[in-house]
Amino acid sequence: MATEVAVAPGHHEDEPDHMANYLIAARGVKSWLVTLDHKRIGVMYLASVILAFFMGGMFALLVRLELLTPGRTIMGAATYNRVFTLHGAVMVFLFIIPSIPAAMGNFILPLMLGAKDVAFPRLNLLSFYIYVVGALFSLFSIISGAVDTGWTFYTPYSTTSSSSVVSMTLGVFILGFSSILTGLNFLVTIHKMRAPGLHWRRLPLFVWGMYATSVMQVLATPVLAITLALLAMEKVLGLGIFDASLGGDPVLFQHFFWFYSHPAVYIMIVPGMAIVSELFATFSRRAIVGYFAVAMSSLGLALLGFLVWGHHMFTSGQSEFSTMLFSALTMLVAIPSGVKVFNWTLTLYKGSIWLTTPMLYALSFLVLFTIGGLTGLFLGTLSTDIHLHDTYFVVAHFHYVMMGGTVMGFLGGLLYWWPKITGKMYDESLAKVSWFFVFVGFNAVFIVQFIMGSRGMPRRYYDYVPEFRPYHQFSTVGSWILAVGFFILAYVLVKSLRSGAKAPPNPWGSAGFEWNTATPPIMQNFAVTPTITRGPYDYHEATEEELWDGFPEDFKKSEP
Amino acid sequence: MSSATTTEASHGAHAEAHGHHPPFLQHHFDTPAHQFDAAKMGMWIFICTEILMFGGLFVAYGLFRGREPEIFHLAHERLDKIMGAANTIVLLFSSLTAALAVRQSQVGDRKGTTRWLIITLLCACVFLVVKYFEYTHKFHDGLLPGTHFRAHLPAYAHHGHTLPYRAHMFFALYFMMTGLHGVHVLVGMGILTWVLKRNLRGEISKEYFTPVEIGALYWHLVDLVWIYLFPLLYLVG
Amino acid sequence: MNTEPTMQLPGQWSTFGVGYDWLFYFIYWLSVVLFVAVVGAALYFVVKYRRRPGVKSEPTGHYLLLEIGWTVSPLILLVMLFHWGFAGYVSLTAPPPDALDIRVRARKWSWDFEYPNGGHSQDELHVPVGRPVRLILSSEDVIHAMYIPGFRVKRDAVPGSYSTLWFEATHVGRTRYFCAEYCGAAEQPVHEADGTDRYTGHFSMNGWVNIHPVDGPAAESVSGENTWRSGWASYLENVLRAPIDPATGHEVTPAQWGELLYARNQCNTCHSVNGSAMTGPTWQHMFGQNVDLADGTHVLVDENYVRESILQPAVKVVRGFNPVMPSYQGSLTDRQLDALIAYIRTLR
Ligand code: HEA
Ligand code: HEA
Ligand code: HEC
Ligand code: CUA
Ligand SMILES: [Cu+2]
Repeated sequence: MATEVAVAPGHHEDEPDHMANYLIAARGVKSWLVTLDHKRIGVMYLASVILAFFMGGMFALLVRLELLTPGRTIMGAATYNRVFTLHGAVMVFLFIIPSIPAAMGNFILPLMLGAKDVAFPRLNLLSFYIYVVGALFSLFSIISGAVDTGWTFYTPYSTTSSSSVVSMTLGVFILGFSSILTGLNFLVTIHKMRAPGLHWRRLPLFVWGMYATSVMQVLATPVLAITLALLAMEKVLGLGIFDASLGGDPVLFQHFFWFYSHPAVYIMIVPGMAIVSELFATFSRRAIVGYFAVAMSSLGLALLGFLVWGHHMFTSGQSEFSTMLFSALTMLVAIPSGVKVFNWTLTLYKGSIWLTTPMLYALSFLVLFTIGGLTGLFLGTLSTDIHLHDTYFVVAHFHYVMMGGTVMGFLGGLLYWWPKITGKMYDESLAKVSWFFVFVGFNAVFIVQFIMGSRGMPRRYYDYVPEFRPYHQFSTVGSWILAVGFFILAYVLVKSLRSGAKAPPNPWGSAGFEWNTATPPIMQNFAVTPTITRGPYDYHEATEEELWDGFPEDFKKSEP
Repeated sequence: MSSATTTEASHGAHAEAHGHHPPFLQHHFDTPAHQFDAAKMGMWIFICTEILMFGGLFVAYGLFRGREPEIFHLAHERLDKIMGAANTIVLLFSSLTAALAVRQSQVGDRKGTTRWLIITLLCACVFLVVKYFEYTHKFHDGLLPGTHFRAHLPAYAHHGHTLPYRAHMFFALYFMMTGLHGVHVLVGMGILTWVLKRNLRGEISKEYFTPVEIGALYWHLVDLVWIYLFPLLYLVG
Repeated sequence: MNTEPTMQLPGQWSTFGVGYDWLFYFIYWLSVVLFVAVVGAALYFVVKYRRRPGVKSEPTGHYLLLEIGWTVSPLILLVMLFHWGFAGYVSLTAPPPDALDIRVRARKWSWDFEYPNGGHSQDELHVPVGRPVRLILSSEDVIHAMYIPGFRVKRDAVPGSYSTLWFEATHVGRTRYFCAEYCGAAEQPVHEADGTDRYTGHFSMNGWVNIHPVDGPAAESVSGENTWRSGWASYLENVLRAPIDPATGHEVTPAQWGELLYARNQCNTCHSVNGSAMTGPTWQHMFGQNVDLADGTHVLVDENYVRESILQPAVKVVRGFNPVMPSYQGSLTDRQLDALIAYIRTLR
C-alpha cells in the first residue's frame, strides 16, 4: 500500500506526508482547518451540507406537521411563514447548490482527472470559509427573528417586511461568492490539470457535468449577488429601484432573481445527472450509450438555462412577446433532458445490472426526474401555467426534480463513493431498507401535492379550505415515512464509520479513473501522475485485475 | 494499487515530485508555465464574473433611462464632467503604468516594477480623492438616492432650478454603480499592494511574475468598467 | 361543460375552462405515455439483464439514428404544445370590448371590488353569468394575485401599475378565489369573543366568486351563502344600500350596519371593541375622548376625526401605533362612513 512508502528525504516533520492516507497524513483539528487538500475540503463540505440538509429537513417536517390540520396545529401563521422560508432557503442555498459540486466534486474531480489537487487549493479553502461565514449570517438571521419572505425574496414584500431580511440576503450574497470560486476553480482544473492521455473525449461524464455546472455558477451567480446587494441597499438606504411608489419597478427584481435562479435549478440538477451517469455505467458494466450526446446535453442545459427565466413570471404582466419567447425556449430544455433520460435507459439494455443501493438511487432518479421533468411541461406551456402557477402543483414539480432528482443523485453518489472517501464499507442490506422508505415516503409526500395543486390549492398557505384536508394529511404521513428512511440511512453511515469493514480499492469493480487510487486515497492522490490509456467506461478494455483489484474473494466469486 | 492506467508507483517518483522544484512552484503543478497558465485563466474567468455583476446594474440603468430619458438627462447635468474626465484620464494612465509594471517584472527589473506599481497605486489614490470630493458635493446638494433625495426641494435649488423628484432614480444608480466600482478600486489597491510587497521581498523574478500579471489584469478590469461608467453617467446621461 | 371536479382539476365554471382542460389532459396523457415507455423499458431491462453468473455485458455500440430520432421527434411534440399553450394564453389576455369592468384593489389582507355603479363589496366578488367580465387589478402595498381555479385564471396585482384579467362565467353558483402571490401574515392572531384565534394573511385572502343569474329574486330576499341567487341588476342596486333586517323588513339602523361593516371591511383584524389593543387602537371608549398623537399633540375623537382617520389614516397617527392602516378613500361610500361612525359612537 502507498502508506508504507518511506518518507522522502528532506521531508519536514510537521508537513503532512504526501504518500500517506489523507485521513491520517496529518493529525489534529487544526490540520483539518488549515488543510489545502481538496479531499479534506470536500469532506468538510460534505459534513456541512449534510448538516444543512438535516436542518432543512427538520423545517420541512415542521411545515408538514403544521399542515396536518387546517388552522393552527402547532404554530402561528407568522411562524409558519418563517419556517417554510427557512426550509426553502436552507435547502437551496446551504444544501443543494453546494452539495454535489462542492462536496463530492471537490473530492472526486481531481481523482478523476488524475491530478494532485484542484488548480487553486488556497482559493478552495477560502471558498469553504466563505461558505461558513455565509452560513453563519443566514443562521444569525434565524436567531434574530428569521425571514418571512419566501426563498424568492420578492419585492416589495421583502423591502417592507420587518423580519431580518438584510442578514439573510447578506448571507446568501456571501454564499454566492463561495459558489463562484468553486466554479472558477473547477473550470481551470478541468482545463489545465488533466493527466496525460485524458483528452476531452475520454473525460468522465461526471467531469462534463461539473464543467457545465461551473460555467453556470460563474456566469449566473454574480447577477444574484448584485440583485441582493440592491435589495439590501433598498432596505437600508431606501434606494427605490424596486419600489413602485418611488418610480422603481418591483417586477424588475423578479427578472433579476430568476435570471440567476433559473440557471440555479440547472446548477442543482446537472451535477445530479453527472453522478447518475457514472452510476449507470458502473452498475450496468457498460459504457453510457451516446457518451458524446450526454456530455453535450449538459452544456446544452447550461446554455438554455440562461434563456428561460421568464417562465416563472407568466402571470406577472411581462409583455406577450417575452412570455411567448420564454415559453418556446422552455420547451427546448426538454430535449437535452430527454437525451439524457433515453441514453441512460438504453445503457441498461444488454448490460449486466447490479442492483446495489447506489444503483437503486440512480434508477429512482430516472423515475422521479422523469415525473418532475414532464410536469415541468405543464408549467412551461403558457395557458396551463396560468392556472398552476403558485399552486402545490409547482411545489410538487420542484420537489420531484430537486429531491427526486438531485437528492437521489446525491445519495447515490454518497454511497457509491463512501468507501473511497472513508475507507469503510457500509451495511448494504440496511441501506436498501432505508432506500425503500425514502422512495416510498417521498412519493407519498409529493404525488398528492400534484393533485391538490391542479385542483387549486395555492402554495405558501398556512391554512386551507376543508376540501384539501385529506391530501394534506396523506402528504404529512408520507413525510414521516421519509424521515424514518433518512434516520435509518444516518444510522447506516454512522455504523459504517464506527465499525464498517475495510473497503477494497475498487469495491464496485468500476472502470472509472477515481478508483485507480488507494482507498482512502493518499495525500497527493497518485504516487505518480497516471497516464490515461482508455476511456472511463471501457469495461471491455479494462483488465480483470484493474476492475477487481483488492476485491474480497467471496465477492469476486459472485461476479460473472 | 491497480496499474493499467497508471505507471508504477515508485519511491523515486516521490522525490521527483518534491525535489528540484523552484520554490514558487506549487506541488500540484508540473511546470512554472503550467502554473502561470492556470492562474491567468482563473483571473480571466473571474473577470467574466465581474462583468456580469456590473451587467445587472447596466441593465437596470438602461431600463430606467429608457423609461424617463428626459429626467435622466436633467439629472446627469448635475454630475461634474471635469472631475469625471480627470478621473478617466487618471485611471487610463494607471492602466498603462500597471502594464509597464508587468513589462518590467518580465525582464527581471525589480526596481522598475516597484516604481510602476507605486505610481499605479498613487493614481488609484488620486481617483479616490476626486471621488470623495464628488460624493461630498452630491451629499451637500441633496443629490442622494431614493428616500434621502432632497434636490427637488426649493432649499436645494441649483441656479434657481430644482430637479424633479423622480431624478432620485438616476442618483440611486449613480451611487450603486460608482460605489461598486469604488469597492473594486479598493480591492484592486489591496491586490496591487500585496504584489508590491512580494516584489519588495524579492519573490518576483523573470521566472515568476504571475502575481504582477494577475494583479495588473484585475486592474485593467477596474479601468474597463470605468470606461463604460464615465460616458453612460457623465456624458450621455 | 360541467362544474364537477375531475381527478386532476376543479369544477369548470368559465368559457376558458373547456379548452384549458382539454390541453391539460392532453399533456397529462402524453406524459403518462412517455413515463410508461421510459420507466417500463428501464424496469424491463433491469429484470432481463440483471447480473447473472457467466453472463457479461455487451459493449456499447453506436446508435446514431436513435440519437437523432429522440432529439428530433420530441421537438415536434414540443412545438405543438407551445403553440396550443400560446393560443390559449392570447385569448386570455384579450378581453372582448364589451366586457363589464370591475376594479379590484388588493391590500394586506383583503380585497375590495368596485362595480361600475360605484358600489363596493369586500372579500366577496359578484359577477353576472354569461357575460365577459374584466377585472382591473391594482395593489396598495405588496404584490398579490387574483386566482380563480374554477375559471382557470390568475393574474398578479402589482403596486404601481394596473393589470387585467377576464373571464366569462358559464354557470350560476359560487366558486372560490384565492390570493396566489405570497403576501405575508399578521404577526398576531385576533382573539375572537368565543376564545378562538383567527389568523389573517396571504392564506386568508380568499373568498367566493358569486355568479348571479341575469334575472333572479330580489337581493333582499336571499342572504348568507345564497346571495349569488339574486338577480344581477338587483344585486348591483343593493350594494349601495344598507342590508334589510329580516325581522322588520326595513333597512337596519346605521349603527347595526356599521357593526356589519366593521366585520366585512376587516376593521376587526386591527381594532377590537373590547378594550384590548391589537395592531390598531381599540374602539371601546374611544369616541369623545382625547387621544395622544405621535407628534406630541392630542385630539378629540369626534365625527370629523374618525372620518379623517378612516380616509387619511396617516395624517394623525395615534401615539404608540405604527402608521399601517390602509386608507379607505374610495372604497367606502358616505353612507357607509356614517354608519361606521354611528357604530363607533355606540361603543363609548
Ligand atoms: C432541479 C431543479 C429543477 C429542474 C431540473 C427543473 C426543470 C424544469 N422546470 Fe422547474 N422549477 C424548479 C426547479 C427545477 N425545474 C423550481 C425550484 C421551481 C419553483 C421555484 C419557486 O417558485 O419557488 C420551478 C418552477 C418551474 C416553472 C414555473 C412555475 C410557476 O411558478 O408557475 C416552470 C415553468 O415553465 C418550470 C419548468 C421546468 C421545465 C420545463 C423543466 C425541464 O428542464 C424538464 C425537462 C425534463 C423532461 C421533460 C423529462 C425528461 C424528458 C423526456 C422523457 C423526453 C421526452 C419529453 C417530451 C417529448 C416532452 N419549472
Ligand atoms: C433541495 C431542495 C428541497 C428539498 C430536499 C426539500 C425537501 C422537502 N420539502 Fe421542500 N421546499 C423547497 C426545497 C426543498 N424541499 C423549496 C425551495 C421550497 C419553497 C419555499 C418557498 O415557498 O419559499 C419548499 C417548500 C416546501 C413546501 C411548501 C410550503 C408552502 O408552500 O407552504 C412543503 C410542504 O409540504 C415542503 C415539504 C418538503 C418535505 C416534506 C421535504 C422532505 O423531502 C425532507 C426530508 C428530509 C429530512 C427528513 C431530513 C433527514 C436528514 C437526516 C436524518 C440527516 C441524515 C442525512 C443523510 C445521511 C444524507 N417543501
Ligand atoms: C392593518 C390594520 C388596520 C385596519 C385593517 C384598520 N385600521 Fe384603523 N387603525 C390602525 C392603526 C395602526 C391605527 C393607529 C395609527 C393611526 O392613527 O394611523 C388606526 C387608527 C384608527 C382610528 C383612530 C383611532 C384613535 O384611537 O384615534 C380609527 C377611527 C380607525 N382606525 C378606523 C378604522 C376603520 C373604520 C377601519 C375599517 C374600515 C380600520 N380602521 C381598519 C390599523 C388598522
Ligand atoms: Cu395577498 Cu397573498
Ligand atoms: Cu425555471
